[in-house]
Amino acid sequence: MTEKSPQDNKHPEKPAQQPSTPESSAPKPTPPPAPAKPEEQVEKPPQPPELTLKVCAAISECKPYSAASDCPTVEVIPENLVKVLTALRDNQDFAFSMLMDHTAVDRIEDGKFELVYRLYSLTTLSMLLVSTKIPRDKPIIPTVSHLWDIAEWQEREVYDLFGVLYDNHPDLRRVFLEDDWVGFPLRKDYKDDFMLTLDIDSLRE
Amino acid sequence: MLENLLTHSAFEILTLSDRAAQALAENPWEAAGYTLLALGGTGAFLSLLGMALIYVERKVAAHFQCRLGPMRVGWHGMLQSIADALKLLQKEDIIPEKADKLLFFLAPVFSIIATVLALIIIPMSPSLQVVDLNIGVIFISAVGGFGVLGILLAGWSSNNKWSLLGAMRAGAQFISYEISVTLSLLVITLLAGSLQLSEIVQSQQDGWWIWRGHIVGVVAFFVFIISSTAELNRPPFDLPEAESELTGGFHTEYSGLRFSFFFLAEFINMFIASALGATLFFGGWMPFHIGGFETFNSIMDLIPPGLWFAGKTAFIVFLMMWVRWTFPRLRVDQLMRLEWKFLLPVGFINLFAAATIVLTKLYFFPGQ
Amino acid sequence: MAVKISTLEERISVPAEGDNPLNTQEYFINMGPQHPATHGVLRLMLKLDGETVREVIPVLGYIHRGIEKIGEHQTYRQFVHLTDRCDYLSAMMNNWAVSLMVEKAMQTQLNDRIEYIRTIMAELERIQSHMLWWGVLGMDLGAFTPFLYGFRDREMITDIFEETIGCRLTMNYIQPGGLMDDIHPNFVKRVKDVIAYAKPKIDEYEELLSGNVIIQERLRNVGTITAEQATSLGVTGPVLRASGVALDLRRVAPYGAYGQVDFEVAVGSVGDCWDRYWVRVEEIRQSFRIIEQLIDNIPAGKTMLSKPAKKIILPEGSHYAQLETARGILGIYAVSDGKSENPVRIHMRSPNYHNVWSVDAMTRNARIGDLVANISSLDIVVPDIDR
Repeated sequence: MTEKSPQDNKHPEKPAQQPSTPESSAPKPTPPPAPAKPEEQVEKPPQPPELTLKVCAAISECKPYSAASDCPTVEVIPENLVKVLTALRDNQDFAFSMLMDHTAVDRIEDGKFELVYRLYSLTTLSMLLVSTKIPRDKPIIPTVSHLWDIAEWQEREVYDLFGVLYDNHPDLRRVFLEDDWVGFPLRKDYKDDFMLTLDIDSLRE
Repeated sequence: MLENLLTHSAFEILTLSDRAAQALAENPWEAAGYTLLALGGTGAFLSLLGMALIYVERKVAAHFQCRLGPMRVGWHGMLQSIADALKLLQKEDIIPEKADKLLFFLAPVFSIIATVLALIIIPMSPSLQVVDLNIGVIFISAVGGFGVLGILLAGWSSNNKWSLLGAMRAGAQFISYEISVTLSLLVITLLAGSLQLSEIVQSQQDGWWIWRGHIVGVVAFFVFIISSTAELNRPPFDLPEAESELTGGFHTEYSGLRFSFFFLAEFINMFIASALGATLFFGGWMPFHIGGFETFNSIMDLIPPGLWFAGKTAFIVFLMMWVRWTFPRLRVDQLMRLEWKFLLPVGFINLFAAATIVLTKLYFFPGQ
Repeated sequence: MAVKISTLEERISVPAEGDNPLNTQEYFINMGPQHPATHGVLRLMLKLDGETVREVIPVLGYIHRGIEKIGEHQTYRQFVHLTDRCDYLSAMMNNWAVSLMVEKAMQTQLNDRIEYIRTIMAELERIQSHMLWWGVLGMDLGAFTPFLYGFRDREMITDIFEETIGCRLTMNYIQPGGLMDDIHPNFVKRVKDVIAYAKPKIDEYEELLSGNVIIQERLRNVGTITAEQATSLGVTGPVLRASGVALDLRRVAPYGAYGQVDFEVAVGSVGDCWDRYWVRVEEIRQSFRIIEQLIDNIPAGKTMLSKPAKKIILPEGSHYAQLETARGILGIYAVSDGKSENPVRIHMRSPNYHNVWSVDAMTRNARIGDLVANISSLDIVVPDIDR
């Protein structure tokens, strides 16, 4: 019935070298020394972190993030987004092989959506935030789902909740809400009949 | 009638149908009485046995899982099955709107009829057997094949894709494993030289076939127990109703009384498979005998044959429950691979070996 | 630029693709939202060809509660309570992620007592989560007995939680700036009892399930995803490690007391269901090891810092913290305007949302039974997917 006996295969073989992810070659017991700790606190004065400067030096389209962020952050214009992300993924110095997270922030006071792409590198264990701003009234941005598989669904989530349209997306559909839902709930100006507009401060008094 | 019961020798088989046939010449009412006894007895036996088996299954499962099982209804939950049966009877009978209503209605009936037909030829003791057909083994195979019809119809008529998937799985699985069951039945038929179940039992007077037929008997027994578990669609072969895959498979749309028919048929089928295993391999109601050891044999004879039968059947039932609560389920292609690439060749080789053994009289006590 | 918005109906009316020599008809079938193998209200549209799964389309949103939207109207302390309801099997790790984010943004230094207790609690939570998963995997594969064994032993750990915290599932024990309350006087003793009881049990369970031929058949070389696929799909946690990528935040970016303990990161090699199984079973053992090292050395100290103050206002800008829950990396991303108690935007990078999509890559051209094994080996908690 079976070619494998359960006893001799109780544990899988120790990891074979995975070519794409050098991190995996680290044998189990020894901890990787965590070369760059991106989560470290950023000083208040606008001195960008080392990684931001390195990225900006390597890829001319990037510039350091203007606002405060606790993580190395670069800013790009929407037209250059795909180019920059491709470069960041394929450049061996950075090798951001994981798109850890992608979401949007509604900057209603500027009339913009800020889209953030959180990249993670398995080689340097560093994290980079790529930020781009698109106008709220024309929220179209090219998709990056051909770069990372997961982007397809992260973008669907952002479309669902913010209404950001992704150009060339293979399957742009709502992900949580129904297909015929009207409006995009995470926008700051979203109104719904069922929403409670309770003033909590007045309740406290 | 009573004299008849008392005076016949220990191992003289007297089935209810024989008695009815005997009585028909003298007193038609007696014949009718026997027939009614057979009908009512089978019906009562069916429902009581079903409830008992469900209770046992739950208790065995509970103890395998380090818990108590039903404890509230009656002493140690003895009446739990009756309470469950009452609950099932009270349930609303739901027929899906788009179901094929006639077939939907017929499917559980087919299922239970196949079970009853198989039940009546089981020799439970020399004086307790409804019919003793001279083609018993063939009859069992034929009726066993009939049972799958109920399941196929249930899956088809429910008009539910999951049910249909379950039914198709059931069809493929039952037809495949039927072959292996029949091959192992044939081994015993060869050894015993008869298709009649009562004669197969009597042929084991010197020893049960599982040890008289040594290797061949043991192999045939294991092929039989594996493939009949598959035919019963009990875990690890419960693919037709795979709870976590098909949400109940062929009986997804059934509820209440109709569901209880399937449920009952499943448990009675388990009893029939075990009883058949006991009859063919462990000598049925025949006490444990060793050819030539007359003293030992007569001590063994002190235990009534009905008890022997019940004990052996209970042992195999327990074996099946043990397997059920221990093993996970196979995948559908692995199931087919097990049958066609393993059990079937083994069954055929075993059949050839059995033929050789019978020809050369290599089994134990061939002369007697 | 015209962007095409599709709907589910359009999606499932796509004509069949792939080689199909018998010219059989493919059909769609709904698995869920009520289905025993989908662990809640996950709905999968399956494109089937007989028994063969051609495509899996997860359809989400059946338990979407808009936690991110609610979070915009809540303070950070209040938001901790909502995170419990996401991945309820790693409730305390979820609490911790928010607390970590707040503490990082406020640059709070915690004392060792808080860090130790948090680490022990998180590891206990991880053990109970994996124990539950172990049982449920058995049940999904058709063996009901492991389910009860797994649940029974998990109860012992939830009893400990109940004694200290008062809750068994949604604890919100870890708060920004410390812990809700001190540990119960019995805590250390009971944890030791559980370790003494459960460690041999793990070996027993391995005999019951891991050593079983059918389990091996069902899990080996089923649902394989390579390391490249796994990184591209953004999966994390045991699923990623099973594919051979040793990314464990407890090791590569230690938080809590993980920097002070000795443990190994279980890494698989093939990336099939069996590796995911083995990685999790090994993680239970390693978690016991971590707890054993910490449980005797819990230092004295306060369990709630007076700082941060009652009113938490994060500095302006974006803040992010991530940690390793039982299912993968949970990241909390918050944008604060520096004036209000409420975040402008709070986002959870949920491990389950990222893991669930790999089920399609795993299951293409496999059987329905493999699909069930794959879902089970992903260890999905649906409320965390939908949030």
